[in-house]
Amino acid sequence: MACIHYEGRAFESKGNSVLDCLLEQGYSVPNACRAGVCQSCLMLARSGDVPARAQAGLSAAMRIRNLFLACQCFPEQDLDVASTDAALVIGAARVRSIARLAEDIAQVRLEPSNPFNYRAGQFLRLYLDGQTGRNYSLASVPGLDDFLELHVRRVAGGRVSGWVFDTLEPGDTVTISEASGNCYYATDRPEQDLLLLATGTGLAPLMGIAREALHNGHSGQIRLYHGNRTGHGAYLAGALRALAANHSRFTYQACVSEALPGPGEVHGRPPEVALRDIPDLTNWRVYLCGSPRMVEAGRIAVFLAGAASAEIFADPFLPYYALPLHIGHPGNAASVPDSDHDPQGGAPSPGK
Amino acid sequence: MGLYEEIGGAAAVNAAVDIFYRKVLKDERINAFFSGVDMARQAAKQKAFLTMAFGGPNAYTGLDMRKGHAHLISKGLNDTHFDAVIENMAATLKELKVPEHLIGQVAAIAEGTRKDVLSR
Repeated sequence: MACIHYEGRAFESKGNSVLDCLLEQGYSVPNACRAGVCQSCLMLARSGDVPARAQAGLSAAMRIRNLFLACQCFPEQDLDVASTDAALVIGAARVRSIARLAEDIAQVRLEPSNPFNYRAGQFLRLYLDGQTGRNYSLASVPGLDDFLELHVRRVAGGRVSGWVFDTLEPGDTVTISEASGNCYYATDRPEQDLLLLATGTGLAPLMGIAREALHNGHSGQIRLYHGNRTGHGAYLAGALRALAANHSRFTYQACVSEALPGPGEVHGRPPEVALRDIPDLTNWRVYLCGSPRMVEAGRIAVFLAGAASAEIFADPFLPYYALPLHIGHPGNAASVPDSDHDPQGGAPSPGK
Repeated sequence: MGLYEEIGGAAAVNAAVDIFYRKVLKDERINAFFSGVDMARQAAKQKAFLTMAFGGPNAYTGLDMRKGHAHLISKGLNDTHFDAVIENMAATLKELKVPEHLIGQVAAIAEGTRKDVLSR
């Protein structure tokens, strides 16, 4: 008999769906169609095998992260489940170094006090105090780097970014959350061509994904396009050109949208520049991180160019965004970067 | 066997949704209605719509349809746009080699939402 574990309790499924079991136990779980379509009842499996049916129609990233649809999940073995907005685990980290990558971008390297599980491309929350935290994408790669690396853009009036720039020093201890987010390298198809489109500090997670893919011996192409409005020189351009010089599968192109391009740069936004190079994206996997405008326009452009919708990764907001408009979802506020940085498209307003 | 099973169920919806949504986004007659709409959210809606039209499980109600499209009526949504969507759906199914008589049944189900979508 399969047991469902949830919020410290366990109960038998008796052949019912996870959704029905939780509702019967008196828990409130968002749900609507109960047919595996609307994705309102998306949940996370912490351990145990999720039946294939409960992940039908979910994107590869959602499947790999063990997200599933509670209404379609009839457990055959014990399953430990959690809501997708379950409180983030909090930990401490020591600041190893802070460096300037550009006038307004700081590279912060952290050493977590406890083992820290994450995938390149995910984000964590960095806390200034108990009430104030901002989400930052990880530029580091587990297995390659013995630190966590964040790229923090200074936001005018930004409390957390201001603190990082003006107060934080190497040796300080900071509070961070566990890593989360759906926009990361998935190892399921090493032969698949990857297109990475970034603006601003959206580069951080995509650089992590590129490095992790190379580290994993990814055999498909990995093409990175990084856009900036003005041509002050894209940050980390040198390191990325060096990476491209060492790996024939990896290419890097700096793009400038509102100024004259400098040496090695081309004019245009990342999606348009990439589509000039690669007009047909059938069978490609595409990652987009950056300004909401680039992300939204870009995902449509790459979709029209042939990328399958399930192969376009532009979240951490996917669970929230995937919902039909008329079905409210109370849960995902915790995973929405309210950020000082611009990576994950869709944050409605900049943080303070 | 019901229409949904005959067409191929959830697998058919998954196969159709990208083709259908691409056709809609490329259709100059109607794509303005989709501009500025979040794509992932929109794709989930298209999927729910196709599932319903294929005779599959759904939680659609006439009221949802009315509420969901009311803001588009003020932007000029009318019969020609509704026809264009049905046309794109039929073309999608044709491309997937679904037999004509089934396409007809799907179109008839979708047709049943016309008065709610257009707030009549």
